[in-house]
Amino acid sequence: MSNNKRDLDHISGVETTGHEWDGIKELDNPMPRWWLWTLYATIVFAIGYTIVYPAFPGLTTNSKGLWGWSSRGDIEQTMAGVAEGRKGVEDKIAAADIAAVMADPEMKAFAVSAGGSTFKVRCAACHGSGAQGAVGFPNLNDDDWVWGGKPDQIVATIAHGVRAVDGATRQSQMPAFGAGVLKPEQIAQVANYAWTLSGGKAEDEAAAKAGQQVFADNCAACHGDQGQGNQDMGAPKLADQIWLYKGSVADIAAQVNNPKHGVMPAWEPQLGPVKVKELAAYVISLGGSK
Amino acid sequence: MSEGTHTIIDRSDVAAVNTGAKSKGELYVKKEKIYPKNVSGIYRRLKWIIMAITLGIYYITPWIRWDRGPIAPHQAVLLDMAHRRFYFFFIEIWPQELYFVAGLLVMAGVGLFLVTSVVGRAWCGYSCPQTVWTDLFIAVEAFFEGDRNARMKLEAAPYGLRKLAIRFAKHLTWLLIAVATGGAWIFYFADAPTLLKELLTGQAAFIAYGTIAVLTFTTYVLGGLMREQVCIYMCPWPRIQAAMLDEDSLVVTYNDWRGEPRSRGTKKSKAEGLVAGDCVDCNACVAVCPTGIDIRDGQQMECITCALCIDACDSIMEKLDRPKRLIEYTTLRDYNHNMALATAGGNGINPLLVRMPQGGFVDGVKHFNWHTVFRPRTFIYMGMWSLIGLGMLIALLTRDHLRINVLHDRNPIAVKLSDGSMRNGYTVKLLNMQPDGRSVTLSIEDLPGSEMTVAGMEDKKGRSVEIPLEPDKLANLHVFVSVSPQLLKPGKSQFKIVASDFRVGSTAVYDATFDTEGVSQ
Repeated sequence: MSNNKRDLDHISGVETTGHEWDGIKELDNPMPRWWLWTLYATIVFAIGYTIVYPAFPGLTTNSKGLWGWSSRGDIEQTMAGVAEGRKGVEDKIAAADIAAVMADPEMKAFAVSAGGSTFKVRCAACHGSGAQGAVGFPNLNDDDWVWGGKPDQIVATIAHGVRAVDGATRQSQMPAFGAGVLKPEQIAQVANYAWTLSGGKAEDEAAAKAGQQVFADNCAACHGDQGQGNQDMGAPKLADQIWLYKGSVADIAAQVNNPKHGVMPAWEPQLGPVKVKELAAYVISLGGSK
Repeated sequence: MSEGTHTIIDRSDVAAVNTGAKSKGELYVKKEKIYPKNVSGIYRRLKWIIMAITLGIYYITPWIRWDRGPIAPHQAVLLDMAHRRFYFFFIEIWPQELYFVAGLLVMAGVGLFLVTSVVGRAWCGYSCPQTVWTDLFIAVEAFFEGDRNARMKLEAAPYGLRKLAIRFAKHLTWLLIAVATGGAWIFYFADAPTLLKELLTGQAAFIAYGTIAVLTFTTYVLGGLMREQVCIYMCPWPRIQAAMLDEDSLVVTYNDWRGEPRSRGTKKSKAEGLVAGDCVDCNACVAVCPTGIDIRDGQQMECITCALCIDACDSIMEKLDRPKRLIEYTTLRDYNHNMALATAGGNGINPLLVRMPQGGFVDGVKHFNWHTVFRPRTFIYMGMWSLIGLGMLIALLTRDHLRINVLHDRNPIAVKLSDGSMRNGYTVKLLNMQPDGRSVTLSIEDLPGSEMTVAGMEDKKGRSVEIPLEPDKLANLHVFVSVSPQLLKPGKSQFKIVASDFRVGSTAVYDATFDTEGVSQ
């Protein structure tokens, strides 16, 4: 098919490539000029690009380019810029106590927002993404606080943790009353009684009545004679509607028999005092602090 | 006619560049340069006036000042993207009210229908920015290079000092106009005097310079280089307009019922006893056409109805002492009527059937009549247009300057408190759309046993809380609503969150939901 003669398509007058399939020939139109120009422009651009930007791999490293640009350096610069932008208000937060942080609109807005994102990373695994808690992990939205809900108390709890490895950690230990202290029927009695403290109806009225004495002898020292709790000792209030380990006579009996104890890490050694204050600001913004 | 037509008129040696339907078969046509001839006449004058008005509006509007007091900008027309406000003289629009802008666009659309059904593509011919700027660029070209023949000669000449100088001056002027076009655009988005100062001292935002650069490029390319190509190949309107026109729309038409058969030598034809129409085939209409068509081929997509061919033809008819408007704005109905008269002989067009021997036309010939403008279709368009306008005006005048928006917290939805009551959280947004600060009462209604606290104002509790609002700002509040255990209803309860300004009697209500589901523990 191919020879030295130019093969012209007689309809369009355009030269063909000489290839033919079932009588159909391929026209050999030139590339559109704009297309060629674009191609040449990209070639010129590519040459310049490989000179000023990192481009060629070497054995141990790569060419650095005239501008010394790297994506890692780029992100470092961005993050340094972010840190620089935050520095002013972070310094103010570092110097202020939590009450002052919450009183100043600028510090408060920054702290609540920053604390919110720290919370999602550090705290949400146990307390839930909305701080709604779970069985054994307190709900931070409500107004029931084992270790106190005042801003200072919240800061101290976050900073030093609960039953954590920290000199100033929140420490409390409820005895396992099932291990030889109380008899099973006494545990059932005190569980029935404790349930009535929060307005619940006892499963066994007689047991509940008997439980009052058991409670006074064994529990009131920490939980108070009315079950009002003691935040300084970390003894939960029993005369309310909120139960950390579920609320029912059986659940209470289980907790009296062999109590579970939650642990929260001390965050100040890991995050520093500013982040702790920011976290506290976020928790306070949830509305349960008092 | 005592003189031969040759002596009075210049005959242009020109063929239509864009022949549209005639050039079938080719999908790609190489651009052929068009050299529109200068022309004068009533439509040319009208186009100059409209150009002056439209360009004037475009360039001057951002510089008009409007006093809005201390808290709002003083620019009459301003699209304040950074603060999300749109100012138009006495009107201030928030992003929530962008439907006003949508309404304006609908009105512009219906207005376009109306104009098109009455006078065809008047938008294309007179006020489309592409037409206005192309017209301006052609005027600049004619200023530097001369009229059609001089321009063609210059194009054909080899590049020398003179040609380079002329071309340089032309393109420089075009670029300056293009820069001014892009420059004027950005003044609609920021305070014009401040921005001008920043622009000149190199302190303006990159986006400002970038926008100017892009618009400079598009203006230069579309108005200077591409011109009619934009109308013919890029613009959808020439295609859409076919559906807008009817037989009562005024369109630029060559009246071949009196023009045909064309004759270059009327004297000679007369001597030979041939019938000759009014068209002397001088091609003036083709030479002046900015889109390079021959209007005598009939109505065509490429025609933007700029009516310059009417001016060109009229000047020839005047010289020949024949009735003007061989090319004119006429309706298809009139045209068909007159055509029927001229072809009544059955032997093609015979202009003698419509012409009086002493000049003028027979009585049966129909001419433009104002009644065609007022017909049901245009009334419907006018009615639609006015209704939308009226509706928007009423909405604008009666709109409330206090608005409320509520978002129910969903993580967690509900929180049980130690006394057994239930609490829901809401993000409440209060929009104070007036330029003064005020105090608004936020209250909950139809929710028995409820109490409200606003984050940051914990000292105020109860069924209603006074909220101070800053002028022309949105207040973002976090509101906690709790219901006591005695009056708590399980499931969802509907209630209202109400913001009221009792002094001016404006109230905004949001229908909210209180939910006891989804409680953890």
